Amino acid sequence: MRVGVITFPGTLDDVDAARAVTTAGAEAVPLWHGDADLRGVDAVIVPGGFSYGDYLRCGAIARFAPVMGEVVTAARGGMPVLGICNGFQILCEAGLLPGALVRNSGLHFVCRDQWLRVENTTSAWTTRYDRGAEILVPLKSGEGRYVADEATLDRLEGEGRVAFRYVGENRNGALRDIAGITDERGRVLGLMPHPEHAIDALTGPSDDGLGMFLSLLDTVVTA
Amino acid sequence: MARVVVDVMPKQEILDPQGQAVAGALPRLGFEGVTSVRQGKHFELEVDDDVDDETLERIAETLLANPVTEDWTVRRVTVESADGSVAGAV
Repeated sequence: MRVGVITFPGTLDDVDAARAVTTAGAEAVPLWHGDADLRGVDAVIVPGGFSYGDYLRCGAIARFAPVMGEVVTAARGGMPVLGICNGFQILCEAGLLPGALVRNSGLHFVCRDQWLRVENTTSAWTTRYDRGAEILVPLKSGEGRYVADEATLDRLEGEGRVAFRYVGENRNGALRDIAGITDERGRVLGLMPHPEHAIDALTGPSDDGLGMFLSLLDTVVTA
Repeated sequence: MARVVVDVMPKQEILDPQGQAVAGALPRLGFEGVTSVRQGKHFELEVDDDVDDETLERIAETLLANPVTEDWTVRRVTVESADGSVAGAV
C-alpha cells in the first residue's frame, strides 16, 4: 500500500508524516508540489509547515499547486486524504473541507501537547479509535482557529463530521472546540494537531496518533 | 495600463484579534478615543486595459480573498503619471 506525502516549499512535517506511514506498515511515496502526478498512490497526506511562507493566507497559494489539482480530483473520487495543520488549511482553501482556519483568538502561537476527544470512529482515518477516547498529540499553530458559519457548524455536528474536539482549554478559540473535521463521505480528514508527531513515546508525548495511519491501512486493505 | 485596488477585510462576524491588539495598543501609547480597529489587506494591481471587471472580480474571489472569512471591494483608480497626464477611469 502506497501513501503519498506532499512537499511544498516551506513544508516542515513531511519527514515525520512519511515516518508515521512507514511505522504503520505502508510505503511512503514522496510527492512534489510542482508535479501534477500522484504516482499511483492509494492515499495522500498533506503535511504541516508554512507552504509558500504562508503568504497571502495560510494555504492560499499551495491550493493552486499542480499536485493539488490532482489531489482534489482524486479526493472527489473517494481517495482518502489527510490534511495536518497547514495541510488542513490547504484542504479548506481548496474547498475539500468547509470553513477556514484563522488567527488564534489570543494571537499567541500555541505549541503544546494537547488532549483531543475522538468523536468520529467511522471515517477512513479514525476507525481504530474508540468513540469518546481522549488522545494526546502536539498542537503547534498560530492560525488554528476553526471558523465556519452557524449553518455549516450545525451540519458538521448533525452529520457526525466533527472528528476531534479540544479537551480542556481551547487555546486557539476554535468554534465549538473543533480540532478536526471530515468531508461528507468520511474520506477526507483535516485537523490542526499533529498525529504524525505522536507515533511513539520516544519522540512524542504518546503513540496516540498512530491510530490514524493504522485506520487508513484498514480502510484501504478492506476496500 | 490601469490601477486596480482590492481591499480585503475580515467579515464583521469574524473575530479580528489583530485589529483588537492594535486597538489595545493605542491607549498604551497615549492615543485616546479609538474605539475599534479592524485590520485587512490592501492590494494594488497594475492591469492591462483589456482586463474586464468580471475577471478582476474572479481574481479577488479566487485568490486575494477567502469568501468564507473575508469581504472585498474592487475598484479602478485614477493614476497620475510622471508627466502629469491622467490615465485610468475612476
